[in-house]
Amino acid sequence: MPDQLLYAMEVTLNGLMAGVLYALVALGFVLIYKASGIFNYAQGVMALFAAMTLVGITEGQVPFSHLINAIFGTEIHNFGWQLPGLVAILLTMVVMVGLAWCVQQFVMRHLVGQAPIILFMATIGLAYFLEGVSDLMWGSEIRKLDIGLPQGINETLDRVTYDLFGYGFFIDNLDVVASVIAALLVIALVAFSQYTKQGRAMRAVADDHQAALSVGISLNFIWVMVWSVAGFVALVAGIMWGTKSGVQFSLSLIALKALPVLMLGGFTSIPGAIVGGLIIGVGEKLFDFMIGPMVGGATENWFAYVLALVFLVFRPQGLFGEKIIERV
Amino acid sequence: MKTRLTALALGALMAAGPAAADLVFPSLSYRTGPYAAGGIPFADGYADYFTLLNERDGGIGGEKIDVPECETAYNTEKGVECYESTKDLGSLVYQPLSTGITYQLIPKVTADGIPMLTSGLGRTSAKNGAMFPWVFNFPANYWDGASVAIKHILDEEGGDLKGKKVALVYHNSAYGKEPIRTLEELSKKHGYDLTLLPVDHPGQEQKSQWLQIRREKPDYVIMYGWGVMNQVAVQEAVNIRFPMDHFIGIWWSGSENDVLPAGEGADGYKALTFHNLGDNYPLYDDLKSYVYDKGLSAGAGDQHGTAIYDRGMYGAMLVAEAAKTAQKIHGTSKITPAMMRDGMEALEMTEEKMTALGLPNFGPEFKVSCENHGGNGFAAIGQWDAKAHEWKLITDYMQSDQDVVQPLIEADSMAFGKENNITPGCK
Repeated sequence: MPDQLLYAMEVTLNGLMAGVLYALVALGFVLIYKASGIFNYAQGVMALFAAMTLVGITEGQVPFSHLINAIFGTEIHNFGWQLPGLVAILLTMVVMVGLAWCVQQFVMRHLVGQAPIILFMATIGLAYFLEGVSDLMWGSEIRKLDIGLPQGINETLDRVTYDLFGYGFFIDNLDVVASVIAALLVIALVAFSQYTKQGRAMRAVADDHQAALSVGISLNFIWVMVWSVAGFVALVAGIMWGTKSGVQFSLSLIALKALPVLMLGGFTSIPGAIVGGLIIGVGEKLFDFMIGPMVGGATENWFAYVLALVFLVFRPQGLFGEKIIERV
Repeated sequence: MKTRLTALALGALMAAGPAAADLVFPSLSYRTGPYAAGGIPFADGYADYFTLLNERDGGIGGEKIDVPECETAYNTEKGVECYESTKDLGSLVYQPLSTGITYQLIPKVTADGIPMLTSGLGRTSAKNGAMFPWVFNFPANYWDGASVAIKHILDEEGGDLKGKKVALVYHNSAYGKEPIRTLEELSKKHGYDLTLLPVDHPGQEQKSQWLQIRREKPDYVIMYGWGVMNQVAVQEAVNIRFPMDHFIGIWWSGSENDVLPAGEGADGYKALTFHNLGDNYPLYDDLKSYVYDKGLSAGAGDQHGTAIYDRGMYGAMLVAEAAKTAQKIHGTSKITPAMMRDGMEALEMTEEKMTALGLPNFGPEFKVSCENHGGNGFAAIGQWDAKAHEWKLITDYMQSDQDVVQPLIEADSMAFGKENNITPGCK
């Protein structure tokens, strides 16, 4: 097999894996948009907040310690424990549920019935607020996130492809784990929305707030639940991206990677987020591999948006989005 | 509690504006945003050194020092706003830790007559003081860094790079592109193949670049990165099992932040530096007694002795020495920005002076002049010891290839002069 073809296959495989990571971020946006029609600008920052909280809890860091020490002249930094990853994840989930409750109680509840742009602006404010709180709560240092996820080259694939083609393909073990987790997450989310009472209530709220209220569905409860699930997805995305680059402020920028995925897959479809992520991942990697060297490289960021825009021309609602019909 | 809050409020009010007679060294810091992890230690080191001078020596030449801090979040527009809001405080010199902000400030400081020091960053050709009278970039610049990296590789390869492959992984910005011309010129001279691999901001996804490195197997990789790009690159290099001792970052890719997330895998990674590393210097004893132990540390006080904290402290020390020189030249302790410029242009750093300051063997010796605002272009190589969690200097300071770097500086600064109708000259 020609070398270029082998390399293209390897790039495609890695593009698929990168796409899964993009989809993980996009999923959080989709969940909230589906249930409340809000484009949650704060989703990337929620991933940052979740990852920072996870590291902080794991390492036993005292939250707001810098602030406490500055005000009271104390020297407290650490509780002195090192928690196992699973316990820390569960505790972080509790924090994310608390955050969801706060968002609903102090922000969204007061904006029921407002135009989508108002809700969108509120999430921008929420993003800035949450960034500041994360910084104040856990500090700005870059921290290693190690909850035992494997990293580095996948030896099996390397060996098998070397035996087959004389060239070993590279795949990061972390990407393989991310793919498995993303698949499980999608199955769980689809099952939740299709087969549970709360999931059906969530879909009812998404279809028509007023009708849902009239049959006794609590809007407050559903929105807290949706923001909690989005918080859980943000935590998963934060763990994957945080393991790759260390937990740091830049994690909030992963939302930039989710936008073209959403444009392509549609804002209302969970499978759309996955398929969109895969198309963007493969598309940008292959483009960079084949065309990148001719145009000076670094094409991935802009190509993802160009690809999404091309799709928008033909399907404004995205591949799997619901067609918007306005009656006048 | 109430008393404490009142005291805090009063303190904040008092700190809001410097006394008229203070020597003002504004700090355009970034403690927030995606690059905060690099901005915080620099700002802390910068502030702590001046606090030490105030506490131990009563300031510089009897004049107290004030360091008003302005948050830029590494945003160029905010950086310019910070400059505009602090320049009338009697600011003596600016050190923006950002190439983007530096480029915007060059015409402003020139028009306002306030010197700017951009050690290891900014516009490289500002080394030509005849063209950039208000801008300084001693002791080393980006092109020196690229040249010293190649010099180190030459040493490693027994002086012959013919047929060798070198890849440059760089932040796709004005900063990251700085070394390209130098590396291209050096490739003509030494016969290595150069591959350019740009990474877009912020650099969280670099799979394409590292797959290409894995395919093309360059002998060495040089990196000009900043922020998350560094951590991802080091991790990707570990993932593809690139030999870490053949991976050399510029000084902005050589902090603890850049290697700690990759754990043991980052062991052996190298980075350039224009100053020494760690906290094993007599100056740190003074910092401990007069600053840390008194609770006067800037920020959270948790950055002491890190690579970028050392750089901030070194930056403060250089301008403090320039201020002393200016006071001596003009026979007054109350110096103006123009006098400060004279002090910077007459600055000479010797090993004897560094030792007296409590920093023996900390930085290279250099002498600034009107024609040369950039020092002698000396840099060294540090290597990360993952077990000990520390950087160690593994080479002596090496001078960049002046035969290659100097003509490039000449050509670039002349082009700048032509574009802006500036006639170069020294008084």
